[in-house]
Amino acid sequence: MSMKKISKNQPETFEFNDKSMEVAKKAIANYPEGKQQSAVMALLYIAQRQNNNWIPLSAMKYIAKLLKMPYIKVYEVATFYTMYNLTPVGKYFFQVCTTTPCMIRGAYDLVNVCKRKISENESDISKDGKLSWMEVECLGACVNAPMMQINDEYFEDLDEKKLEKILETIKKDEKIEPGSYRGRKSAEPESNRSTLMDNKNA
Amino acid sequence: MLEDKDRIFQNLYNDLGSDLMSAKKRGDWINTKDICEKGKDWIINEIKDSQLRGRGGAGFPTGLKWSFAPKEVGSRPHYLVINADESEPGTCKDRDILRFEPHKLIEGCLISSYAVNAHVCYIYIRGEYLSEGSKLQNAIDDAYKDGLLGKNASGTGWDFDIYIHYGAGAYICGEETALLESMEGKKGQPRLKPPFPALIGLYGCPTIINNVETISVVPTILRRGAKWFSSLGREKNTGTKIYCISGNVNNPCNVEEEMGVPLKDLIERHAGGVIGGWDNLKAVIPGGSSMPLLPKHICDTIKMDFDACVENKTGLGTAGIVVINNDQDIIKCMARIARFYKHESCGQCTPCREGSGWMWRMLERMSKGEASREEVDMLMDVTKQIEGHTICAFGEGSAWPVQGLLRHFKKEIEERNNFNPLINTGQKNPYLVDQHLLEKENA
Repeated sequence: MSMKKISKNQPETFEFNDKSMEVAKKAIANYPEGKQQSAVMALLYIAQRQNNNWIPLSAMKYIAKLLKMPYIKVYEVATFYTMYNLTPVGKYFFQVCTTTPCMIRGAYDLVNVCKRKISENESDISKDGKLSWMEVECLGACVNAPMMQINDEYFEDLDEKKLEKILETIKKDEKIEPGSYRGRKSAEPESNRSTLMDNKNA
Repeated sequence: MLEDKDRIFQNLYNDLGSDLMSAKKRGDWINTKDICEKGKDWIINEIKDSQLRGRGGAGFPTGLKWSFAPKEVGSRPHYLVINADESEPGTCKDRDILRFEPHKLIEGCLISSYAVNAHVCYIYIRGEYLSEGSKLQNAIDDAYKDGLLGKNASGTGWDFDIYIHYGAGAYICGEETALLESMEGKKGQPRLKPPFPALIGLYGCPTIINNVETISVVPTILRRGAKWFSSLGREKNTGTKIYCISGNVNNPCNVEEEMGVPLKDLIERHAGGVIGGWDNLKAVIPGGSSMPLLPKHICDTIKMDFDACVENKTGLGTAGIVVINNDQDIIKCMARIARFYKHESCGQCTPCREGSGWMWRMLERMSKGEASREEVDMLMDVTKQIEGHTICAFGEGSAWPVQGLLRHFKKEIEERNNFNPLINTGQKNPYLVDQHLLEKENA
């Protein structure tokens, strides 16, 4: 079970803006009538998007009212799942996968880069206020290890130098390219592919 | 080796494009209506004859699972739920299906739903797969526009809708009843079974839950026939499987191969061999992190299918193969896996919640050589206390890798952790809880 810290600085109120409300209504419509509680995960995520990638307590209360469910139930869900950030994170949020398949391909080298370049402790926001990082469990791209998630996108086949380059690009406020950093477009073998060759040459 | 024409996932490496037009060129959606017209019983029997086993880890026969759903729809609607909450360390096969072969999955959803009387299908995707999910959503939208889904889907006369539900980063939601809880908007904590979801599942209605890969191979099986599928592999271990080979190999990759392909072939031929050569191999985790690891001498000969793995006291699981070579510290590798389980335990059953933490802390100390000799056996005892004493299979999943380590590498642990327990030395250690027992007046 993971420990979740709740931020001490909480905004007083929270409300969906029009765009979020539209997406939220669409999410609720996915479920049968009377089962709107199913949309709580989607709504929490929408709230997180709207609020700079973290969920304040007031958003949980707001969602509870919207879905006609007890606040504590929303709180339970928000604290159970690891993807909900209950404290502010950097504008660029680095999640380094360090589970065994990534670890044996050098994930902790990436962690060291994060410690050096972003902040000494995980979850602390960097001095310029833009970056934060944390270790996460398996992100499900083990063939492209080591990898990390920055905000919504996967960055695969990394090493120390490539991560440093990504950090430099961010510093210059340029767009970072997701995907493999060794030029792979999928989980194909890099140099000795022997299957589906007709398709490759098609 | 499997011939290219027998590979189901022709676009596994995205050579051909994942859009609807390209998918149709590869043969998806061409005669969905004809397949459905052959009837529900025919579909279920064909899947039974193909001996398809679930690809999500447990290997339960799919046709049998479908036949558990009530034949007639009563007062409660039926649901099909697709488990795309792929989070088993070492596994990344469903991700490639979602982003490169979404139409195989969507067509499979339609046919399977028709077979089990469901008008609604939910696809539960792990929250991190946001871009994969949006690719799937695009494919679903295209299928709606083309009349393949929605009212009278593909001209079958069957109304059918698909919705995506995103998870939010909980490994336990891959367990089917936890997944249902999560879909209902609760914490993902597994339910007691029975009742099984086939009778009482999502919102208390009959629900069939299958893995992405299982459903994606269904249309191809029905097109090419159960005979073709069961001619691959061997009895009860038929068909093809996507293997994910990661870790210390030269070319980590996903590859679709025949069931029962030798492990050595997979590693040498497809993944470019172990880094440092075959002799540098230390151990292989054959089926995602919850399956016990195999030492080199078994890896030399083992064939990768469900039953062969069980004979070697492990399991095929999701076929996520993690190769570990001699440059790695095997105890540390397993300690990291134990930490994964400690982090992901849902906290519902005490043996798992507490035990997974114990195992992690003991293994961490063992990797540093800080544990005493007697603790090695104690660790085995802890795993036995967890195994079989929990609501879901997570308990086994966290205990088995540790048991595998103790079974094959006990000597290595004992060599590193070879001192007497503190209590035997009779020293005064202020932090030792049982110190008072050593003092004579209390004895």
